[in-house]
Amino acid sequence: MATRVLNWLEERAGLSAIYKAVLDRKVPKVNWWYTLGSASLFLALMQAVTGIFLSMYYVPTPEEAYNSIQYIMNDVAFGWLIRGIHHWGATLMVITVFVHMLRVFFYGAYKYPRELTWLTGVILLLVTLGFGFTGYLLPWNQRSYWATAVGTSIVSTVPLVGDFLMRVVRGGEDISFLTLSRFFGVHIWVLPAVLFSVIGIHLYLIIRNGISYVPRRDE
Amino acid sequence: MSKKSDYMISRRQFVGGVIGVLGAVMTALVGIPVIGYLISPAARKRGGFQWTPLGPASALQPGVPTPFSFSQLREVGWKRTKINHTVYVVSDESQNSLVALSDVCTHLSCKVRWIADKGTFFCPCHSGVFDKDGNVVSGPPPRPLNRYEAKIENGQIMIWAEV
Repeated sequence: MATRVLNWLEERAGLSAIYKAVLDRKVPKVNWWYTLGSASLFLALMQAVTGIFLSMYYVPTPEEAYNSIQYIMNDVAFGWLIRGIHHWGATLMVITVFVHMLRVFFYGAYKYPRELTWLTGVILLLVTLGFGFTGYLLPWNQRSYWATAVGTSIVSTVPLVGDFLMRVVRGGEDISFLTLSRFFGVHIWVLPAVLFSVIGIHLYLIIRNGISYVPRRDE
Repeated sequence: MSKKSDYMISRRQFVGGVIGVLGAVMTALVGIPVIGYLISPAARKRGGFQWTPLGPASALQPGVPTPFSFSQLREVGWKRTKINHTVYVVSDESQNSLVALSDVCTHLSCKVRWIADKGTFFCPCHSGVFDKDGNVVSGPPPRPLNRYEAKIENGQIMIWAEV
């Protein structure tokens, strides 16, 4: 029965070609450093799932943001777990993405024909840091407020347009409810859209070009 | 090196099975807490009932539904929220019979209002019509308007309502 269903699907959707290209592709003999890309992808998916669930209770307003997180942590069943995974997963994701970049750099894996994979990877690193920056404000506690005060003030040091850019980032002169809601919008809509689109390109390029082997000592 | 046929399952099947089992365990570890997380507010326990004062009996007009309001303090999430209700009280001249009607339509819970000209309650959502005692006159409502248990005590109208 299962075989018949699979055959029916296969005849119409040809899924086995995708399966073979993605999971049955030839890879050189590599080491554990090569798992960091998959680890980053896994963490990105984990952040997306836990983030979606957090957004069901979180309220992005100065009056309610802090209280809604207290509610998630203390009253909602397993709220501490969902937020804990999101909190620690965020830190871990920055680390894995960064170490993944170091691996590619020191193995010279960014060279021809994989320059595009590297460039999209740079975008993914910056987007990951953008997630960290925007997500940091959302708990709306003293630490997140002042971290955002510092971070957005750094923007104002850009020559000539700095002050204007800071007002764009803050949504006005001060850190206000507008700052909170635009950070929330960027955190849950803009950045995920960019992240998963660029991950798609990144993965396509990895599958198309194959992964590089571990460079030998004499190379 | 042994031939492939010496083993009951191949290395590939074994690795596939292990990945499947680990995947199922991880999904359960995350999935079961998530179900609790999502249904959490629905599991909140409800408040008890008590006699709640509505207003002075002297405000009643015989034979005509008179609106009174009372409010509940509900715990919604991390806040105590005031929820306002309107109750229509109908009595006769002697105030012997006292009918306290909820203004929540029995069809799909919109609020009905008293149309004095026609002498009926009207629900604007799907044109449900009730008479002054809450019985269905026309439209989709399946049953009469809900009634509160009511009494007059020291000139005050009291209803038995959820806190």
